[in-house]
Amino acid sequence: MFNHANYRCIVASIRLIGVSKHFGDVKAVNEVSLDVPDREFMILLGPSGCGKSTLLRTIAGLEDPTAGEVFIGDRLVNDVLPKDRDVAMVFQSYALYPHKSVRANIEFPLKVRGVDTTERAAAAEAAAATLGLTPYLDRKPGALSGGQRQRVALARAIVRRPAVFCMDEPLSNLDAKLRAETRAEIVALHARLEATFVYVTHDQVEAMTMGTRIAVMRDGIIEQVGSPQEVYDRPASVFVAQFIGTPPMNIFPAGSLESGTHLVGGRPESTTLSDSDGVTATVTLVEHLGHEAQIVCAIDDTHRAIVRMSPSATLPRHGDNVRLSVVESSRHRFDATSGSRIDR
Amino acid sequence: MKTSTRRRWRETPLAIAMLGPSLLILVAFVLYPLGRAVWLGQQRCNVQATKCRSVGWGQYTDVLRSHEFQSAVWVTVKFALITVPIGLALGVGLAVLADKHLRHIGFFRTIFSSTVATSVAVASLMWLFLLQPSVGVLANIGWLNDLFPVIKEPGLLNDKGTALSSVAISSVWANLGFTFIVITAGLQGIPRELQESAFVDGAGGWRRFTNVTLPLLSPTLLFTTVVLTSRAFQAYGEIDLLTNGGPVPQQSTTTVTYLIYGSSSIIKSNEGLKAAVAVLLFVILLGLSALQFRGLGKRVHYGA
Repeated sequence: MFNHANYRCIVASIRLIGVSKHFGDVKAVNEVSLDVPDREFMILLGPSGCGKSTLLRTIAGLEDPTAGEVFIGDRLVNDVLPKDRDVAMVFQSYALYPHKSVRANIEFPLKVRGVDTTERAAAAEAAAATLGLTPYLDRKPGALSGGQRQRVALARAIVRRPAVFCMDEPLSNLDAKLRAETRAEIVALHARLEATFVYVTHDQVEAMTMGTRIAVMRDGIIEQVGSPQEVYDRPASVFVAQFIGTPPMNIFPAGSLESGTHLVGGRPESTTLSDSDGVTATVTLVEHLGHEAQIVCAIDDTHRAIVRMSPSATLPRHGDNVRLSVVESSRHRFDATSGSRIDR
Repeated sequence: MKTSTRRRWRETPLAIAMLGPSLLILVAFVLYPLGRAVWLGQQRCNVQATKCRSVGWGQYTDVLRSHEFQSAVWVTVKFALITVPIGLALGVGLAVLADKHLRHIGFFRTIFSSTVATSVAVASLMWLFLLQPSVGVLANIGWLNDLFPVIKEPGLLNDKGTALSSVAISSVWANLGFTFIVITAGLQGIPRELQESAFVDGAGGWRRFTNVTLPLLSPTLLFTTVVLTSRAFQAYGEIDLLTNGGPVPQQSTTTVTYLIYGSSSIIKSNEGLKAAVAVLLFVILLGLSALQFRGLGKRVHYGA
C-alpha cells in the first residue's frame, strides 16, 4: 500500500560543484556550487533569465551541464538519465497528458516502471486522495480547473515516491487566491513526504513563505544562499536587497546619508521622515493601502525611496520637500562599485 | 419577434450583396459544373460530343455494374492502400527524425520537404528514368537485376504484377514533402514539457512516441490521412505519364480517374459515361471522407 510514513530509505541531498550550462555564447548557469541537504525545501529565486530554471533542469537531468558535477545523495549523476535519478518534475504548464484520464495520468510513472495493475491503482488512488482529487479520477485534464490540474501534476509526482522533487514555477499559472492556497498545500506536502524539494520561482512571496532556504540568482550565478529571514535581514548585495521585500529596500547614494563612498540601504519600514537631518527628497506619490500609507520620494533622478507610515499619522503631500533617514541599527551598507555587503 | 423578423428581411439585400462575389464564383465554378456533370451522366453523346441525348438515370447503375468500373475502383483502392499507409509512415518517421535539435537539421528538413516543389510531371519523368527497363538507373545495377529480373524484362512499369506498386511508390515519393511538412508542424504543436515530463517519469523513446507523440499528433494524422486518401483517389498525372493505364490487356493501373480522363481509356470517346463515372467517384470520395472523420474522429484527441 501507499504509505508515506515510512517510505524514505535513501538520503537525497543534492550537491552542485562548479556547475555551468552554456547555450552557445550565453552562460545561462555560470559555475554554480550549491549544497541542498536532505529534506530541505530549497528555493531558486531570481528574475526571468537568471538561469534558475536551467539549474533546476540540470538537477533533473533534462540539461547536461557544460561543466561541473551534480551529485544526488553520494552518486555523481552527470551521466545518469532523469528516470534513474529518483527525481520527479512538476512543470509550470502542468504537462498533463490531455488524452489520458486523471487516473491514467497519475498512474503513468508507475506504468512505465512496470508496476502491476492493482498496485498502481491503489497508489494512484492514495495519491489522489492526498490531494483531494478522488472525485475527478475519471475526468480528462481538459475538464478540470487550473488549480485541479496543478494538483494532478503534484499527484503524478508524489505517486512515484521520489527522493527529490523539482518544481519549475508550479503556481505561476494560477490566480492569486488559488496560488496562496496551493502554496500552503505544497508546504504541507513537503512536511508529510519528507523529501527534498527544489523549487524555482520569481515570486519573492513564494520564496519567503515556502522555503527553508533561498538561493537568490542573477545572471547565472548565485548571489546569496540563506534562510528567508537571513536573506531579508542581511542581504549580501544591493541586488538581493532590492529583489527581496515589497516594497524593495531604499538605497541612498554614497555620501548622502553617511559620509564615505559606500551606499546605505534601509527597508521602507525603518526609513523615517525627519525634520532636522537626513537626505532631502521630494514626495512624488502618496499611496493609501488602508492598513498603511506608502510615501514615494525622489532623492535624485535615479534614486527613489519609499517610506511606510501609519495611515493615522500626519502624512506629507505630493510635492512636499522632506528629509529621509534610516534608523541607525537597521542600516545596510554596500560597496558602491561591486554592490556587495560591507559588514562593520 | 416581429421586429427581428422585419429587420432580418431588411438586411437580406445587404447580405446577398456581401455574399455575392463568393457566391458567384462558387456557382459558376463548382455548383454549375457539378450539376452539369450529374446531368451529362445520364446522356449518351456522339464521338465529337456535339450531340447528346438523355438515355435515363439507369446509365448510372449500368456503369456501377460494369466490369470496367468495378475493376477501376479495385485498382484505385489498391493504389490508396499502398500509398496512404506507406506515405503516412514515412512522413511521420522523417518528421520525428528531423524534429531533433541537431546541427544543420534545416538542411535535411529542406531536402525532406523538397518534393512539394516538384510537379507531378517532373516527378514522373524522374521515376521513368529510374525505372525504364533498358537505360534506366535500376536496370543498370547488375546484382539488383539478378535478384529481380522483372526490372529488365519486361520492366517494373510493364509487368502487370509490379506496375501499380511502382506507380504508387512514385506517388508516395511525390506526396512525401507535403506529409512531412504537415506532420512537422503537428509535432511542433506538442508542448515540449509533455515529452520532458514523460522522460523524467521514465518513459523511453518508443513509449514516449506511443503515449505522447502519437495521441497528440492524431488530429494531424487524421487530416493527413483524409488528404492522402483523396489524393490517391484522384491521382492521374503519374499514371498517365508512367503507364498510360496499362500494361494492357489487364489495365492494371487504370484507376477511376484514368478511366474518366485517360487517353487510352476504354470510354475515352463517350462524354456521358465519363461524366457518370466522375459523379460516382465524387460520391465515393464524399462517403469515404465522412467515414474517416466519423470513424477516426472518435480516436482523435484535440488537446485539453
